[in-house]
Amino acid sequence: MARILPQNKAAAVNPLKSSQPLGAALAFLGIDGAMPLFHGSQGCTSFALVLFVRHFKETIPLQTTAMDEVTTILGGADNLEEAILNLKTRTQPKLIGICTTALVETRGEDSAGDIAAIKLKRAEEIAGTEIVLANTPDFSGAVEEGWAKAVTAMIEGITRPGERARQPKKVAILPGCHLTVADIEHLSEMVESFGLEPVILPDISGSLDGTVPDRWVTTTYGGTSIEDIRELGTAGQCIVIGEHMRGPAKVLHRLTRVPYVLFQSLTGLKDADRFISMLSAISGESVPAGVRRRRAQLQDALLDGHFHLGGKKIAIAAEPDQLYQLATFFVGMGSEIAAAVSTTDMSKILEKVPAESVQIGDLGDLEALAAGADLLVTHSHGRQASERLGLPLMRVGFPIFDRLGSQHKLTILYQGTRDLVFEVANIFQANRQAPTPEKLNPLRKRETSDGPRPSPLTRH
Amino acid sequence: MTSLSAKIQDVFDEPACDYNRGKDAKARKEGCARPLTPGAAAGGCAFDGAKIVLQPITDVAHLVHAPLACEGNSWDNRGAASSGAMLWRTSFTTDLTELDVVMGQGERKLFKAIREIKETYAPPAVFVYSTCVTALTGDDIEAVCKRAGEKFGLAVVPVNAPGFIGSKNLGNKLAGEALLDHVIGTVEPDDAGPYDINILGEFNLSGEFWLVKPLLDRLGIRVRACIPGDARYIDVASAHRARAAMMVCSTALINLARKMQERWDIPFFEGSFYGISDTSEALRNIAELLVKQGADPQILDRTQTLIAEQEAIAWKKLDAYRRRLQGKRVLLNTGGVKSWSVVHALMEIGMEIVGTSVKKSTVEDRERIKQILKDDNHMFEQMAARELYAMLLHHKADIMLSGGRTQFIALKAKTPWLDINQERQHPYAGYDGMVELVRQIDLAIHNPIWCQVREPAPWDCKPDLKEELPDTKNEAATLHAVQEFVPTTADDFGER
Repeated sequence: MARILPQNKAAAVNPLKSSQPLGAALAFLGIDGAMPLFHGSQGCTSFALVLFVRHFKETIPLQTTAMDEVTTILGGADNLEEAILNLKTRTQPKLIGICTTALVETRGEDSAGDIAAIKLKRAEEIAGTEIVLANTPDFSGAVEEGWAKAVTAMIEGITRPGERARQPKKVAILPGCHLTVADIEHLSEMVESFGLEPVILPDISGSLDGTVPDRWVTTTYGGTSIEDIRELGTAGQCIVIGEHMRGPAKVLHRLTRVPYVLFQSLTGLKDADRFISMLSAISGESVPAGVRRRRAQLQDALLDGHFHLGGKKIAIAAEPDQLYQLATFFVGMGSEIAAAVSTTDMSKILEKVPAESVQIGDLGDLEALAAGADLLVTHSHGRQASERLGLPLMRVGFPIFDRLGSQHKLTILYQGTRDLVFEVANIFQANRQAPTPEKLNPLRKRETSDGPRPSPLTRH
Repeated sequence: MTSLSAKIQDVFDEPACDYNRGKDAKARKEGCARPLTPGAAAGGCAFDGAKIVLQPITDVAHLVHAPLACEGNSWDNRGAASSGAMLWRTSFTTDLTELDVVMGQGERKLFKAIREIKETYAPPAVFVYSTCVTALTGDDIEAVCKRAGEKFGLAVVPVNAPGFIGSKNLGNKLAGEALLDHVIGTVEPDDAGPYDINILGEFNLSGEFWLVKPLLDRLGIRVRACIPGDARYIDVASAHRARAAMMVCSTALINLARKMQERWDIPFFEGSFYGISDTSEALRNIAELLVKQGADPQILDRTQTLIAEQEAIAWKKLDAYRRRLQGKRVLLNTGGVKSWSVVHALMEIGMEIVGTSVKKSTVEDRERIKQILKDDNHMFEQMAARELYAMLLHHKADIMLSGGRTQFIALKAKTPWLDINQERQHPYAGYDGMVELVRQIDLAIHNPIWCQVREPAPWDCKPDLKEELPDTKNEAATLHAVQEFVPTTADDFGER
């Protein structure tokens, strides 16, 4: 069990976190016809928007209630109302997803009460648009928490409550925020290959997969439909990926009695096997030939890849569920987790991370802990640490702004695990250092170390 | 807060500002803040603006006193370049938690954070930025900075521009005020000379000031401080001993330029390094100002010689693009033309300007635009995304030059686009920069992807085939459709 080390610095150095409202907005962006709205000053929205655009290379619908000095003093309810009405007339969204920020939460605004009042007073004007609220102050949580809160808000606000007639083939899937567009597409196809009908909430593969629409659209185009969210209670089974999605799954269960099964990771042979076995069990179908073939390919990738990954020291900084996913992957390949850094201490998954300890902190902590490691694994902001330490950087998570196509990288099930093995092995091969007489000299000054050092003869 | 309000009033009432001069007394008093429309607003806040201006000072630790989002969502996001210190790219924030906010621990955490930075990084200065939440909770950052500065023996500069007080532009100006109040004039240089100048409002994006600095070096002109691009703290602190100044990005730091003139008698002019004639004009102005301030008049001739030589080289290089770019139509969407000489150079090689936004343009600018554009209709305040998209979709322009915000309007309309704002990848300043800009325009317009992405999929471009295929009852039609497909040769399937 990993020890969780709390943050005790006053100055965060090179933040690992992106903010909680950003995570909520990302979840709302997985809904068709959506418009996320930050309740705060215009800068909150501008920063999140720029970061989204840098990551996805897409137009991102995101608006602000534009709180100024006066409304900060007097209260933001009027701004909220005006923003909702403006968005309704200008963009005709099917969903307005409101994410509060530190500014209004510090003021102690009753946003839920304000929205209820607006819904009552403006019922006619806003008919046809769902309005949901996620309370997401920047001073707590990070992307995971924001994402989960938005999904919970949508289930509570939109899904028809009560036990319904179940459609045994229909599967509700609640993916965590660490799954890429490619992951969601793959997941959906996999579920379909068993004759099941997946409904994914939220589905960023429909909205953030980077296409060229034939007209100008100001909301999201694609993603989970409002109707599908409403009818979530008719699913025969709910599948949840990532510990941070347990909350939304519980709410769905409480409201509709749809049972859920939670997968803490879908990466690695064993976890993929568990998932496929479950699909086979709930569908009553045998595993299709194509899936068996993928599994065999992964077996072969493990055989070819273990030379490169075995004995390597990996330093990872990521949100809790992604940290768990990647750490278990690396340990499953014979690597060792030399440093594990995460964003918040609220997740139960952290103690399961296969590392001695997990530091709650920032990329400054990662840089300090990663000395002596072979590989850095984090988002694009790790690039400075990578340069300073002279270590290769494998980019994962959000944001990735200095590489193209991160949303199309597959990281789950047999195929995604295979791709990860190859990616890591290739990083090591690209950075391999030629042997020199100095490094191999048995009489050289040895580094003092308690544990076994990797042999200089280790095959790269 | 009262001192902040007074400061805001002061920077809004800027006598050196062109816009302001055009207003009557009442309008001037109201300030430049535009009321924002909730649900229809865009752009950064005052904190954003302040950080943009100060962050490129390379050896300073920039500490943002805020919950996570202000810094965590925005750090290391701009392309200014440094020739030395890299500390500016390290992000520092107090990352206030719920507990900090509830318990009112902000000031103490800030003080501790400054100590940690001092102990670990030993920078010459720490700049501390206030934000919405810490202004709301009433943290007195000026007092904390003063105390920390005395205790730790380093410059700790409060930058008081919380987001909710206004726009990015207001933040720019408040950043200038912070420099005036706490930095400039605090260090006496021992090497002041008659050829020392300041460049204000130059950000050295993509290192572009390095395309200009060698020209100044050649003339024997020393840049005492370039604020903020590639600046060191000590350069800024001793900037008051320069003899003359050039102000590059006029709206951002006009208050700084004017107050430096008042306080330290440093005359300034507004100029630009974008475009050939503007670059020459700037060099000439710098030399003239220095001579007025007592420098040897010989420098004027040397400047003239350099300009003639460099212009000739640049025009020769540009001429190579004339054949390829003649008649190509440019849409400028920058919120205000930053340099007329860029427009002039593009027209000089035969390009047409088919439209420009005049959102931030002065009356004088508008007159010039009218002369350039044959059609008044192509002057727009601010075009809605949908209209802009429609215009580009119907090929009313061959390329759009704009900032990142409107990038995808062009790209999704399958139209070439070039970033000419702060996120851009290429240096465009000086003579070589203008050639680079034209080269990038040429590369963008003539990229072979355009004819690929604009073509519909082959199965979508035969209308009769599409309509007739599903109609299986009509055998003749089906047969016709199949026949249309059969006579294809290898050539049609990708042998070309």
